[in-house]
Amino acid sequence: MKTEIIIAGFGGQGVLSMGKILAYAALMNDLEVTWMPAYGPEQRGGTANVTVILSDKQISSPVLNSYDMVVALNQQSLDKFEAKVKPGGVLIYDAYGIHRAPERTDITVKKIPAMDVCLEIGNTKIYNMVVLGAVLGMRDMLPIDAVTRGLKKTLPERHHHLIPLNEEAIRRGMELVK
Amino acid sequence: MKGNEALAHAAIRYGADGYFGYPITPQSEVLETLEELMPWETTGMVVLQAESEVAAINMVYGGAACGKAVFTSSSSPGVSLKQEGISYIAAGELPALIINVMRGGPGLGTIQPSQADYFQATKGGGHGDYRLITLAPSSVQEMADFVGLGFDLAFKYCTPSIILADGIVGQMMEKVVLPPQRPRRTDEEIARQCPWAVTGKPSTRKRNVMTTLELEPSAMEVINNKLQEKYKLIEENEVRFQTYDTDDAEYLVVAFGSIARICQKAIEDAREQGVKIGLLRPITLWPFPKDEIDRLSQKVKGILVVEINAGQMIEDVRLSCHDRVPVYHFGRLGGMIPDPQEVLDAFFNHFPEANKQ
Amino acid sequence: MDKNDIIKEENRVYKRPKLLTDNIMHYCPGCSHGVVHKLVAEVVEELGLEEKTIGIAPVGCAVFAYNYIDIDWIEAAHGRAPAIASAVKRLMPDRMVFTYQGDGDLAAIGTCESIHAANRGENIVIIFINNGIYGMTGGQMAPTTLEGMKTSTTPYGRRVDLNGYPLKISPLFAQLDGTCYVTRQSVHTPANTRKTKAALKQAFQNAMNGLGTSVVEVVSTCNSGWKMTPAQANKWMVENMLVQYPLGDLKNTVKK
Repeated sequence: MKTEIIIAGFGGQGVLSMGKILAYAALMNDLEVTWMPAYGPEQRGGTANVTVILSDKQISSPVLNSYDMVVALNQQSLDKFEAKVKPGGVLIYDAYGIHRAPERTDITVKKIPAMDVCLEIGNTKIYNMVVLGAVLGMRDMLPIDAVTRGLKKTLPERHHHLIPLNEEAIRRGMELVK
Repeated sequence: MKGNEALAHAAIRYGADGYFGYPITPQSEVLETLEELMPWETTGMVVLQAESEVAAINMVYGGAACGKAVFTSSSSPGVSLKQEGISYIAAGELPALIINVMRGGPGLGTIQPSQADYFQATKGGGHGDYRLITLAPSSVQEMADFVGLGFDLAFKYCTPSIILADGIVGQMMEKVVLPPQRPRRTDEEIARQCPWAVTGKPSTRKRNVMTTLELEPSAMEVINNKLQEKYKLIEENEVRFQTYDTDDAEYLVVAFGSIARICQKAIEDAREQGVKIGLLRPITLWPFPKDEIDRLSQKVKGILVVEINAGQMIEDVRLSCHDRVPVYHFGRLGGMIPDPQEVLDAFFNHFPEANKQ
Repeated sequence: MDKNDIIKEENRVYKRPKLLTDNIMHYCPGCSHGVVHKLVAEVVEELGLEEKTIGIAPVGCAVFAYNYIDIDWIEAAHGRAPAIASAVKRLMPDRMVFTYQGDGDLAAIGTCESIHAANRGENIVIIFINNGIYGMTGGQMAPTTLEGMKTSTTPYGRRVDLNGYPLKISPLFAQLDGTCYVTRQSVHTPANTRKTKAALKQAFQNAMNGLGTSVVEVVSTCNSGWKMTPAQANKWMVENMLVQYPLGDLKNTVKK
């Protein structure tokens, strides 16, 4: 089992931290994992992306040219990474701010209204958790309790009271792709 | 955890006595992590943000002269600033650990990953004839492991060692098993292990003076010869490398650090096409695994050296295989990282006869 | 009274400090370094710090200071002594750590390290020999060279429009919150030598008491570099150097 994912969007959308929670969740589930960010000033407002690889075997390259799953959260990311989804792979995108929809037909494309869900819940800070829910919903790679343990590991203790809210967001995200 | 964070955790657990550094991307997490972990409260390790890389390496020189296990970290432009001090540490035959999380140059360059400081690390870097034991980690686990290895080798040979990492392993997060916590050495242990250490002169011994100055050329030649003998010993005993699929390989890729893993993926892909490529990953860049490359060059048809620089390690590969087979270079520059497909394309470009499709 | 009577123990009024080695000093006749070395040796002895003191030697005429005082030493790269001293003191806080630096080492190439070590309030002593010239390399301009003063790199005299002004660095140290004691002394008369010794003693005590950085500037002669006899050099120093660099405490926050 090996899943190669890239999550891309604007800095500030929680791209890196979403990848981090996914990585820690995989770690809690005894998987090998690499988390490779495009680092630097990109973290502060420009585009950001992170490659996360989960595997039950040792992982070679942390840098990839094609992915099992691409999560694109803005137009630039969609333009850049649509071509890099492996045939038969998954492309998840949020229609919010997208003016050119994906065109490929050899892959599974899921449009998720994650921002709308956030607005319904009334908290835009959990946007990345809704998206993470969609990622988990598309592939049976991790049980949800591993994700909760990943959250506990990445969130500072003073924010642990927010874990139920995050779990709710993940569940709503999963429902979006059912 | 991130590679840079692993360096900090591993150093505390090794029982290091002091860290002196100056922030620079992409390695600032080393100092940040140490400041957050506050090891002075637990192991008694000193952590100091210096006023410059120059000050930091001289603090390391001072600490090493006291027999302490001290280290510094920086990234390419900062490591250039440290070169004078590194030369002094090597000349003083002092154990110390230096970490370079390389970024693209020359000049201020970029903050993205690079391997363009290969020459600087493996050929000396500062003034005078000296060498650094150069360790090239390719994973977060090795970032943690090489702290202890780097210190151990530095103390074994009384010479500085350097971890030559890059922005990829520095910034990447992976699973890592940290070594158990070791106590810092006591004053008595240091006096036993390092009788030359400057600690304040007890009446029972002569004064210890750490100096690298010798104005008499015949005496300076003796000092140099002693250094060269030590380097020869290191070359004989401390070569480390890893091979992957080399047994039946018809071609060889040589790559170090994180790039070796990108190459490994390329080789896996090539094997699926029936093309037999093997990988040699030098772990010590100095001493260089020249004998193994010499051996492998007698059974392969060609060698591709992949580095994210304009061609540095390729010189050592060529020297090792005595022009027996064609040796080509593939690299990206300026902080660009090749993906596995690009590596494979470069391979078939240089060795079109290998393409079975 | 013949020689043998004079050297009898009961007739002895002065002796060389135990910590000064038998090595013949390479300093020129008339140089102030030898006197300051002797004072350092005396102070270390009198404070009973022989086994705890670590000296950091500079690059400059005092590069071989480690040959003359029988304590542990580290020879620094040019200008870096305060960085080394910072690390040594932090790694071994019960030791007595001092740097011994000239004007080029401390106030030109090592300004950054000097100012920052003092600003951190490292519990060290910085001994600063200011003779307004680079002695070791053959008499070039120092940052503290006076206006109009001839050196091998200012053969027609230092011009402020070309070379800037003489750097008064001790007042800079005095401004820093990390320093507890900044003083400027000299060793050209026995009275001044005694004052310098008292200053060094206070500085060493400050460091051992963890009160912060102490800086002892010693305005000195370089009769070779100045191309004068030792007597002329002393006179010239009083008439010129001490006008720019007047003697006395610039800062003393320590209650006696």
